[in-house]
Amino acid sequence: MDLSAINPILFVAGFLVAATPLIFAAIGELVVEKSGTLNLGVEGMMITGAICGFATAVETGSPMLGFAAAAVGGAVLSLLFVFLTQVALANQVASGLALTLFGLGLSALLGQSYVGIKPPRLPDINFGPLADIPVVGPILFTHDIILYLGIALVAATWAVLKFTRAGLILRAVGESHDAAHALGYKVVRIRTLAIMFGGACAGLGGAYISLIRVPQWTEGMTAGVGWIALALVVFASWKPWRLLLGAYLFGGITQLQLNLQGAGVAIPVEYLAMSPYLITIIVLVILSRDKSAAPACLGRTFHASS
Amino acid sequence: MGNEMKLTKLLTSAALALGLATTAMADGHEKTKVGFVFVGPIGDGGWTYEHNKGRLAVEEEFGDKVETVFVESVAEGPDSERVMTQMALDGADLIFTTSFGYMDPTINVAKKFPDVKFEHATGYKRADNVSTYSARFYEGRAIQGHIAGKMTKSNIIGYIGSYPIPEVIRGINSAFIHARKANPDVQFKIVWAYTWFDPAKEADAAKVLIEQGADVVLQHTDSTAPQAAAQEAGNVVTFGQASDMSQYAPFPRVSSIIDDWAPYYIARTKAVMDGTWTSTDTWDGIGAGMVGIGEISDAVPADVKAEALALKASLADRSYHAFTGPLNKQDGTPFLAEGETADDGTLAGMNFYVEGIEGDIPQ
Repeated sequence: MDLSAINPILFVAGFLVAATPLIFAAIGELVVEKSGTLNLGVEGMMITGAICGFATAVETGSPMLGFAAAAVGGAVLSLLFVFLTQVALANQVASGLALTLFGLGLSALLGQSYVGIKPPRLPDINFGPLADIPVVGPILFTHDIILYLGIALVAATWAVLKFTRAGLILRAVGESHDAAHALGYKVVRIRTLAIMFGGACAGLGGAYISLIRVPQWTEGMTAGVGWIALALVVFASWKPWRLLLGAYLFGGITQLQLNLQGAGVAIPVEYLAMSPYLITIIVLVILSRDKSAAPACLGRTFHASS
Repeated sequence: MGNEMKLTKLLTSAALALGLATTAMADGHEKTKVGFVFVGPIGDGGWTYEHNKGRLAVEEEFGDKVETVFVESVAEGPDSERVMTQMALDGADLIFTTSFGYMDPTINVAKKFPDVKFEHATGYKRADNVSTYSARFYEGRAIQGHIAGKMTKSNIIGYIGSYPIPEVIRGINSAFIHARKANPDVQFKIVWAYTWFDPAKEADAAKVLIEQGADVVLQHTDSTAPQAAAQEAGNVVTFGQASDMSQYAPFPRVSSIIDDWAPYYIARTKAVMDGTWTSTDTWDGIGAGMVGIGEISDAVPADVKAEALALKASLADRSYHAFTGPLNKQDGTPFLAEGETADDGTLAGMNFYVEGIEGDIPQ
């Protein structure tokens, strides 16, 4: 055992990166669920974003255009879900699962000619002297702009939901779509926008994996992050800051267990491997003892005549 | 009454037609249907990619006489059992199940379909209608170990394991033995990813190993993500796993182990067509061509390359065995005496590290 082999600065910087795709996907889904819709297609929208972003970045040479394309790709795919659940009034669970399967297949098709290509690198932001501060500098000020955007998005979502009229309306639609409808709010339109926001966020999260975290394109490369994001939203009891905490816990412990294995710590590897799931769930369950419940209309179909 | 008559007649003729079809198949006039169950996507650029190449080779070899079907990204466990059952119900004559974790599901499904032939890769359980096949990847690992030992400057070699099963442990041991021979100061850092395919996790594992000082990273997982992580780091050596991964050559990928399943898949399909198929246990290596060594790039010094090629030749003609004594187990107890070589039974069930590797194998 040689704990000195673990560099705490690189470790923390590493888990901030590892948690970012999860933050994007989960904060998008949080907004979707707050509007009363359950979209299980996060994984499908992520992988679609991953390939749209990757292909665009490779073709144009611009990672930022890639991220923009990823957001558009995820949002466009989510329109399929909008059509199924808001127009055709299909079952949301089945539609979400179908979206995931469709996204995985579509991305494999789109990605065929991009296997083994190296994408252009998104440079880290230059913070000048800030990056030279001992310990804090390399941890906080050596990342790309998308990582900071993820944190900003969590803050913005929290503020909008809590302090603005738009947030109030979104929550009203999620809690009681009939009441919101009676007050004259366009339930379907509001939900459509929320779902598209969720799709764009999932797309960004996927592109963060294919353009920065790995970086390459491989079929099925999101490998279940979308499902973890879905679980995270529930365990964070639909609260943005808890979601951020959960994502960092999960990312941090995942990185930590790899580091401990590399350092040869004498804890059985099986326990280390399951620890991210276990600890994240335990912490968030303890935090959510205040019984904050799911949006009352979550997963229920709305039709104006009913 | 009339309707009933018609129905009976219809059923009879349907049964007759079915009977004819079955007979025709046994005669070899109908298409032979070959199924493949894959653990990852066929575009993983590694393990499943090569199995799928074998499938395409079967199609090319037999043309209209064969029909192949495959299902990709099938989870090991109950899901795989459902997939195999469905394939058998759909009339597959021969089913290849291409991951270690499909072992028990394959045996279970094979019991229910005694007329369907099954071939399970890398496992050890056989039945009258279940064969096993695998490649001696550890021969390739010996060559990787040698190059790794010569190339490392930090004397730390990282190893990304998938699951602690004999096949993976064998590879670690073989690589370690030959890395130590080439460089007595070498140490292995082993990280278990508990997945065959998860690019983000594989990349994380590679980054962690690199952060902890490894300047050579070996992988026993299926995607090219560790190659990308090494490329990013800039001065880290890697090897292609299961497939050539030549898109990362000449550096960081300096060589590779390539699985070539095509000849085996063609031979076994032919055996089913001819009615000569029997349950067998195949374990071929470099000599038979099932394990290929990808081109050693110019990033490797010429003398090291020559040594590696000599090692490859001696493994191919069986003048040298990758597990040759004297060797001790990790706890210091004797494993092989001077000049003794490991028998296949020991290799197939290998569940211990050799002396010098630190850490425990997860149980």
